[in-house]
Amino acid sequence: MKGLRKYIEKIKPRFEKGGKYENWHSVFESFETFLFVSGETAPKKGAHIRDAIDSKRLMSVVVIALIPAMLFGMWNSGYQHFLSLGQNVAFFQEFWHGFIKVLPIILVSYIAGLGTEFVFVYIKKKEIEEGFLVSGLLIPLIVPVDIPLWMVAVATILAVIFGKEVFGGTGMNIVNPALLTRAILFFAYPSKMSGDKIWISGLEKGTGIVDGFSGATPLAQAASTTHEQLTQHGFQFFDGFKENAINFYDMFMGWIPGSIGETSTLMILIGAAILLYTGVASWKIMLSGLVGAAVMGIMLNTFATPTNPYMALPFYYHYVMGGFAFGLVFMATDPVSAAQTERGKWIYGFLIGVMAILIRVLNPAYPEGMMLAILLMNVFAPLIDYYVIRGNVSKRLKRVKVK
Amino acid sequence: MGKNMKLVTNPLNLNNPILVQILGICSALAVTVKLEPAIVMAVSVTLVVAFANVIISLLRNTIPSRIRIIVQLVVIAALVIVVDQILKAYSYTVSKQLSVFVGLIITNCILMGRLEAFALGNKPWQSFLDGVGNGGGYSLILIIVAFVRELLGSGTLTLPSVGEIQIIPQSFYDAGYQNNGLVILPPAALIIVGVIIWVQRSYTRELIDEKE
Repeated sequence: MKGLRKYIEKIKPRFEKGGKYENWHSVFESFETFLFVSGETAPKKGAHIRDAIDSKRLMSVVVIALIPAMLFGMWNSGYQHFLSLGQNVAFFQEFWHGFIKVLPIILVSYIAGLGTEFVFVYIKKKEIEEGFLVSGLLIPLIVPVDIPLWMVAVATILAVIFGKEVFGGTGMNIVNPALLTRAILFFAYPSKMSGDKIWISGLEKGTGIVDGFSGATPLAQAASTTHEQLTQHGFQFFDGFKENAINFYDMFMGWIPGSIGETSTLMILIGAAILLYTGVASWKIMLSGLVGAAVMGIMLNTFATPTNPYMALPFYYHYVMGGFAFGLVFMATDPVSAAQTERGKWIYGFLIGVMAILIRVLNPAYPEGMMLAILLMNVFAPLIDYYVIRGNVSKRLKRVKVK
Repeated sequence: MGKNMKLVTNPLNLNNPILVQILGICSALAVTVKLEPAIVMAVSVTLVVAFANVIISLLRNTIPSRIRIIVQLVVIAALVIVVDQILKAYSYTVSKQLSVFVGLIITNCILMGRLEAFALGNKPWQSFLDGVGNGGGYSLILIIVAFVRELLGSGTLTLPSVGEIQIIPQSFYDAGYQNNGLVILPPAALIIVGVIIWVQRSYTRELIDEKE
């Protein structure tokens, strides 16, 4: 560590004004502050209180919280792959298969995103911001494992430019950049982002797949349940094979097909615990999101009709299916794009829960509503904040006595 | 003569109806999925705005100002019907693709804008040049947007009387390339127009807003 610090001190003058690599100053500085907490404390003028934790450290906590979901996702990719082949292999082999599949996606996402940011930093001559540290790991976890890498690169670059840089960089974005990447992928290349064939690696190619294996996610299964099935057996879920029924516990543990990092609610809960313990994410958003989904779920249950049996699905199933938990813990709580006021956070989270279930159940075109729900509420967050603040202002104005 | 030339060249860049005045956006979104309808639309709008300008300019001293909007609408509507009939007679397929949007030229903000702002106060020849210039500025953007959208969204370019040309080779598709479905959706046209405005403003000093 000391050696690294010494080396940085040694090469620093070359990047300062008048040095050989003056133009690369911003890039150099961003690496320096990534490796070491900046020595500056309070500025000379003004009374600004500064925490020792800067946003690079804050982002690192989120990355750490994502690691359980990422590791589980790697194993699950392999597990699902060998399940589809009908082979029984060792744990390590399953993990290795997933690791080889997922690692390139992570690398491509980081290289494309950071590359775009570096280009903008270089043009604008400002300090590089750390926002992409988290987005770069979020993107691989919310895409299917077989997604072509060039698509990830294209969508990441577009999302960083149009979701973040045109608004002024990290901290200025209206919508969550990682989720925007997924939305771009979803609308640009729907054949690689939805359907039954794409969630398990190798299934689309179809070589060596066991007969009768289906890659349908629990979300798709719930959506395609017919009224007859519902009245005879209730909701039934199965893994790749029709005879292997899975239940709530299996979905909670996460050995089901889905986007890489979003299947295991347990691993996401570990991440949530880290985020809540360190105070990085807002528990209000998470809690109100759960309440919102429950309210909407129960409401749909009450009005369930034979024409849309999906409406009868008990609300707690929504928590463990698809990307609901992942979105609520890691995406909705993004401090930049979420509501900033405390009361606003309750409204924001609640509406995300409501919208997600509403889109899932009532819109057959989008099996997963979480992405669209969060993006929609990202756009509305400033409006919510505005009215919360206006409400507070008018409340306090009433206390003012006019003499 | 230099002044007259400016009437044609100014709307192409510095006073572009789409990029600077932000007029006529609606049809830029609607007809730019393929290049051919965009070209036909561009030509139609240019013709209508040029001739409507001339007619209104000729009538400008006789139109009572209270009913001038109605007179302008009658002139535009008549010209649009003529264009629509010509399209139906000579290129029926394009006319089908454009469907209602030819009729909607009547409501194109550029037309009313030019008639009100220019033709009512200028001589016929200048008004004609102004119409050609504004139609040209509109056409330029429409064709750029349609070019990008068709190339990325369908991998082809469709030209009038030539037909569809495959630009992106089959070998690309075999290697895993896919057309971008997002570009086909209307919001993409807005994003492309936004990018063109971005590029234009970073090269044209006159258009950069002063810092407060």
